[in-house]
Amino acid sequence: MSGHGTRGSGMTWVGRAIRRVEDPALITGQGRFTADLSATHWVRFVRSHVAAGKLTKIAGPKNAMLVTAADLKGVKKITPMLHKFNYKPLGQPILADDRVHFIGEPVAAVVAASEEEAEDIVDQIAVSIEETAPLTDGRAALEANAPQVHAEVPGNVILEGKIKTQEFDAVWASAHKIVRVEARSRRQNATPMEARAAHASYDPSSGRVTLTCTTQMPHLTRTAICDVLGFPESDLRVIAPDVGGGFGQKMSLASEYVILVWLARKLKSSVSWTEDRRENLIASFHSRDQYIVLEGAFDKNAKLTALKADIVSNVGAYSCYPTTCGVEPLMAMAELPGPYDVQQYQCHSRGVVTNTCTMAPYRGVSRPVITFTLERLMDKAARAFAMDPVDIRRRNLIDKFPYKSAMGLEYDDATYKETLEMAVKAIDVPAFRKSQNEARAKRRYLGIGFATFSERTGYGSPAFAARGMEITPGWETVIVSVDPSGFVEARIGSSPHGQGLRTTLAQIIADEIGIPPHMIKVVHGDTDRAPYGWGTFASRSLVISGGAALIAARKVRAKLIKMASDMLEAAPDDIVLADGVAKVTGTDRTIPIARLAREAYTQTHRFKGEIEPGLTETGHYDPPGTFSNACHVAVVEVDVETGHVKVVKFVVAEDAGRIINPMIADGQVHGGIAQGIGNALLEEIIYDENGAILTATLADYLPPTAREIPPIELHHIETPSPNSITKAKGLGEGGTIGAPAAVINAINDALSPFGVEIDEMPATPQRIRAALRAKEKAA
Amino acid sequence: MNSKSNITLTINGRDHSIAVEARRTLVDAIREDCGQTGTHIGCEHGVCGACTVIVDGLPVRSCLMFATQAAGKKIRTVEGLANGDKLHPMQQAFMDHHGLQCGFCTPGFLMLAVGVLEQDPDISDDELLDVLSSNLCRCTGYQNIIKAVKAAAKDMRKG
Repeated sequence: MSGHGTRGSGMTWVGRAIRRVEDPALITGQGRFTADLSATHWVRFVRSHVAAGKLTKIAGPKNAMLVTAADLKGVKKITPMLHKFNYKPLGQPILADDRVHFIGEPVAAVVAASEEEAEDIVDQIAVSIEETAPLTDGRAALEANAPQVHAEVPGNVILEGKIKTQEFDAVWASAHKIVRVEARSRRQNATPMEARAAHASYDPSSGRVTLTCTTQMPHLTRTAICDVLGFPESDLRVIAPDVGGGFGQKMSLASEYVILVWLARKLKSSVSWTEDRRENLIASFHSRDQYIVLEGAFDKNAKLTALKADIVSNVGAYSCYPTTCGVEPLMAMAELPGPYDVQQYQCHSRGVVTNTCTMAPYRGVSRPVITFTLERLMDKAARAFAMDPVDIRRRNLIDKFPYKSAMGLEYDDATYKETLEMAVKAIDVPAFRKSQNEARAKRRYLGIGFATFSERTGYGSPAFAARGMEITPGWETVIVSVDPSGFVEARIGSSPHGQGLRTTLAQIIADEIGIPPHMIKVVHGDTDRAPYGWGTFASRSLVISGGAALIAARKVRAKLIKMASDMLEAAPDDIVLADGVAKVTGTDRTIPIARLAREAYTQTHRFKGEIEPGLTETGHYDPPGTFSNACHVAVVEVDVETGHVKVVKFVVAEDAGRIINPMIADGQVHGGIAQGIGNALLEEIIYDENGAILTATLADYLPPTAREIPPIELHHIETPSPNSITKAKGLGEGGTIGAPAAVINAINDALSPFGVEIDEMPATPQRIRAALRAKEKAA
Repeated sequence: MNSKSNITLTINGRDHSIAVEARRTLVDAIREDCGQTGTHIGCEHGVCGACTVIVDGLPVRSCLMFATQAAGKKIRTVEGLANGDKLHPMQQAFMDHHGLQCGFCTPGFLMLAVGVLEQDPDISDDELLDVLSSNLCRCTGYQNIIKAVKAAAKDMRKG
């Protein structure tokens, strides 16, 4: 944010840990969440109790209002589309029509005067299904005699990506050592504390419907629902009020929301649905279910020369909208080489359908899994070369920028080596090794694990277009208006839900316009109020909406300066905007910005047609993308009797470019790491052989509590990004990306005296004990 | 199942006369019948603690208590924490230390922490960590919640 004439005092709002404007309502119980709304009608869904089969009958009590697929004439299927990777278009009916494809799939909606009544009716509904053999495992889906989940997807492979660099074979053949890891990542659920909810209300005077729902993408929700139901977007308003966490799960279109809008139009009334936790765990979106076999070719100096990967991603029963189910297998393929300098790469990545809940993005999207796999490979390679795990990383991390990856991605300035060194120093590796040895003598097993990674963030439409998505997100728009009172409203297309964007964007705008952030209101999450935008996901909002806000605010500033120059009779270059006034430098001539704002509306004749009326400017931003980076170090203690793992210490050195609000940035990293530790140790959706979920409560599916998360020590480097006009990089997902690898590498380090290796996440006590037992037996 | 009984819930010092079915949970009664939506529902099976309120001085999971069980008892919710415009030290500390992000679990954490510290103002750090492990937060990684509660504990001891 260079540029002359903005900050006379030299102080900037950017870079300061100011308190969040979001907080006062949320800490006093005045937050407004979807489930807080009351309605005339209440909906509960009847869900399939069978994983695969033909729906033969749905019978309910007389007089009950029951909506089934037969009622939804003219309603289209949700059909996201990818024009590459041999993608097989797969439509998802809003309610199961002929066959059911996973346990939890909505087959009917019950409407009643209260939620309890609707629930009572659901209990009386009998759904008859002719069961067929279910398929729940990604690898089993590839077997020759595997059942077909969908007729449209022969062999169950819904998409397939392949890449091989030109000199791969020659380099591979000349390898000194080949190191291999077979990694397995189990299925997980993002588990926002607020489950999904929707409320649709029909306005008889305008014929419009207002859908209030837990979404990260209000505009696209509007587009998608109007496409599926076939009515103009101008007749639907979508509001994302306070949203209780999303982590990607609230990014994809929920078929339940479509029914709500359909019902509001049909009943010409208001209808409400709040998902319960069981529904959320079995039938909202899942993620991370992958098998990766990764091999690395190393030369005699332990330099990685080639990578070969085979990725199987179990995408579940349908393809999520808008990203499609390509999101995991394709991101895994594109970004697997991570922070390492390796130019030869071969990858075969498949998305396979099964009779399980649909997979969708979850914080980190594939990168927690590929980072875990690649970092296991590096640790195994270190052992193969009898090297220190830090040394092998030093030897292989990228240190020249811009760097073009084997997949053609351009990495901007980053600090892979510097953050590694910073973390190594902070944790004091020699001191740790000493205490590790002392502990081992007392049969206590400590371990240290490292994860270095790159985090692609803030990427615009070209990056999404490379995937061949029919719906190609990327850009953002921000409209900044100074109103006649001198206060500012910034309307944004992003849709934050905990990220503090109302605060950070106000900081960015404040520095440009010269007024304090508390005078700037950021408006989001309402398609009637905010410009079309893509929402908040993929660590993009601060970079892209922040960039668009900066562009719009600069235009406003330019106009204010022009007006001030006219009114103060000074050259524009001599005007500074700061502390609420426009000032002629080196003089005491000033004019309040609030007065300029008032004149822009009420005294336009003064400017003789040379300045357009009003003070509203629009910024669009569609950047190429930037890479944040970090090194995570975990210290764990493993109880070899019980398999219990305690994370003792966690150190992070990270670089997310320019930090707009350090307090908020650190909060994002903390939260991501806690999720990553949960992903590494505790969280697993378990299907039985019938395709039923055994982890349908929070007593079975285990997000971490305060007890499982150690104090997290953060260190920062700020390398400004040339690919981001605010110089900021995204950092929302990094915590989740690095932590599983660091924790599981630490477990393996702890278990090294036993010759046991764990290449599976989560590394539960059962898995650790099973590995130890197998070793004991073999001995 | 549908017969209702008349009860009075006293929430933040105000009486709410309502008619509820025997199966009505306290949290549903607080939210739906009394219109106090600051208390949230996260799991309805007593694990996440988003619905924590203070009943007769003790933090309880209001999804695990029936409304009729709370009749005649003193119920405190997040809406009653501040004294007019003056925030409770716990609220102030959550704001100062960035102890919340999406804010959904926050009312439950506030009531849990206030309830426990009122009972045991000198609680040890380790015991406090156990107590805070009663509730789930998916955004903050707990770092700043712990920091905020410790800071508020100091303020509350000062009175």
